[in-house]
Amino acid sequence: MKFINYLESITGVGIYPLTSFIIFFVFFLAVTLFVIKADKNFIKEVSQIPLD
Amino acid sequence: MEIEKFQYDNKIVKNFAYATMLWGVVGMLAGLLAALQLVWPVFNFDLPYTTFGRVRPIHTNAIIFAFVGNGIFMGVYYSLQRLLKARMFSDFLSKVHFWGWQLIIVLAAATLVLGFTTGKEYAELEWPIDILIALIWVVFGINMFGTIIKRRERHLYVAIWFYIATLVTVAMLHIVNSIEIPVSFWKSYSWYAGVQDALVQWWYGHNAVAFFLTTPYLGLMYYFLPKVANRPVYSYRLSIIHFWALIFIYIWAGPHHLLYTATPDWAQSLGVVFSIMLIAPSWGGMINGLLTLRGAWDKVRDNVVLKFLVVAVTAYGMATFEGPMLSIKSINAISHFTDWTIAHVHVGALGWNGFMTFGILYWLIPKMFNTQLYSNRLANMHFWIGTLGIVLYAVPMYWAGIMQSLMWKEFTPEGQLKWQFMDSVTRMMPFYAARAVGGTLFLIGTLMMIYNLIKTIKVGSFVANEDAEAPALVKEYHAHSKDHWHRWIERKPIQMLVLSLVVVLIGGIIEFVPTFLVKSNIPTISSVKPYTPLELQGRDIYVREGCYVCHSQMIRPFRSETARYGEYSKAGEFVYDHPFQWGSKRTGPDLAREGGDKLKKSDSWHYNHLLEPSSMSPGSIMPNYPWLFEDKVDVASTVGKIKAMQKLGVPYPEGYSEIAAADMEKQANSIAASLKKDGISTASDKEIVALISYLQRLGKDIKSAPKEEVANLSN
Repeated sequence: MKFINYLESITGVGIYPLTSFIIFFVFFLAVTLFVIKADKNFIKEVSQIPLD
Repeated sequence: MEIEKFQYDNKIVKNFAYATMLWGVVGMLAGLLAALQLVWPVFNFDLPYTTFGRVRPIHTNAIIFAFVGNGIFMGVYYSLQRLLKARMFSDFLSKVHFWGWQLIIVLAAATLVLGFTTGKEYAELEWPIDILIALIWVVFGINMFGTIIKRRERHLYVAIWFYIATLVTVAMLHIVNSIEIPVSFWKSYSWYAGVQDALVQWWYGHNAVAFFLTTPYLGLMYYFLPKVANRPVYSYRLSIIHFWALIFIYIWAGPHHLLYTATPDWAQSLGVVFSIMLIAPSWGGMINGLLTLRGAWDKVRDNVVLKFLVVAVTAYGMATFEGPMLSIKSINAISHFTDWTIAHVHVGALGWNGFMTFGILYWLIPKMFNTQLYSNRLANMHFWIGTLGIVLYAVPMYWAGIMQSLMWKEFTPEGQLKWQFMDSVTRMMPFYAARAVGGTLFLIGTLMMIYNLIKTIKVGSFVANEDAEAPALVKEYHAHSKDHWHRWIERKPIQMLVLSLVVVLIGGIIEFVPTFLVKSNIPTISSVKPYTPLELQGRDIYVREGCYVCHSQMIRPFRSETARYGEYSKAGEFVYDHPFQWGSKRTGPDLAREGGDKLKKSDSWHYNHLLEPSSMSPGSIMPNYPWLFEDKVDVASTVGKIKAMQKLGVPYPEGYSEIAAADMEKQANSIAASLKKDGISTASDKEIVALISYLQRLGKDIKSAPKEEVANLSN
């Protein structure tokens, strides 16, 4: 396969990792918030599943 | 509420358990043979089928896909049914999955022995087997999701998330890395070349560790550790963060296998940053596992299963601390290409995967056979002998790795390299011997376990279908108004699958898009030309014999490497390399400049060296390759190979495939003539001639490049 080089240089490509970091960070925050706010009884109930 | 009665399918679990034990022994025996070959080359037996270059891929594939693979399925089929309170979706699909996977393993073993390989580490299997793997994986997926859909437990426990992420990510990795163009039924060329092939391969290779050796086993940890200890996991909250952070970050870390190579700097940096970040979720998982035993450590004293699990989780912690450290460029400069990496992976394979599998087997077999373990004492002995085996394996390899690296890098006060490469090889012998002892102990322990379990099975009676009951899941679920968004995902397996895929795709896409699209990543070099037909045939022999297993073709930009091998490797040198052959380990020296100025040897040197390496390099542990002197090059395959390369974009002139054979004969005759001058008479159609032509080509192109052009290349 021929890889066609659409972009001439790497300049400006920093937007890719930056975007991904922001996606990760927001997602991570959301999961952390959920985990902190999660109902204690719910967490307890779910963690018992393997023992049922 | 209506209580439904149903039965768990234990038979499929039993089958996978037996296969795990069988292939475990086979994989370990192959490993032991490989270890012995590095001390005593006579164990290569002068046969193509048993040389190190073929045995090592058999060992790695058998351990990863046969031993651990069957171990995963054993644990998943047992835990999934119980966590979902449902029998597997289809007994038929379970059987197809089991027998399909065993067929893949047998085909893999047979083809690797015969030298059918793609030449990409841990993805060596040729295209027909790749397709079969994809099909069987889909069968596993349907069976898993079918079970999830008919479950009686609304919430998907965290272990299942790990199984889902494994399913979807392994499928993605396997398909992307296996894209190749078939030349014949057992021969193909990678679709990607050089730098791109390297990035795809190590994105795959690293994540094979992540999503085959790690995530499914973390799922097993989250089920079996609480089960055996009879207490819930330390923190379910932590497990949620562990899961999402781990799968998101892991996928990015691949380029840490390519530090200081001819890959773009930005990709290397990305790999380093994410590898270091990876320590957080990994240790989160380890801590969660170990703290599950808080206040119950006394149980570990009496319970041999817990002993295995605790050491497994500890080994996971050690390996996942070491991994990020090895990803730091300055440490990687020392560790890469040495036996340090071998030590690192074996802490993971023997400790984490091995001991976790043993622990689960010791727990599962008595349970499914409704009896007690035959001998706890024997199991305890296994634990200690296995642990000793790991230590005896890892310590000499760490020592060897650091010693190798220091020897490669040492200069005399006069500014000369202090050691010949061969000096570093001969110094390794005691360490390689100690490693073989460590491996033998580990294998003996495994055999003790198998004996113990056979005895257990003999007194027990197998419960093929285990009775269970649970209330049916109410179809209509009214979510509580305060329900959080994440709980919505946890109830919906398809959403979980899609979200997992999105999470792992982000890293993959961001790494690949610039690699494939940005021109400046791979500066071309005007003097780099496609291989001649004879060199191409020689290269295929190089790949077939697994030379890349011991020889790198990647000179890093260090003084110690340029002084030893010559000009450091540039990305533009590899644009026609389908597949790339950079290697990951230097048991022998780098070959990137083998045909260049500094290292160039005569054709007759190569001839004699391949016939009996120790005759030309005293102390060499390289195998002899007598068959290359008897077997003829398959001339008929040349047309197809050139055409395939043309399809991949290699600029052979149009219609070249028709005249390639004539060119090939001409070049072969000239090599035969050069050999004749040195008193060696050989027919020009032998494989050795093609291989010599390839070795003499390595590093030749860059030599004829204009000096200013080379100076302007940043990588």
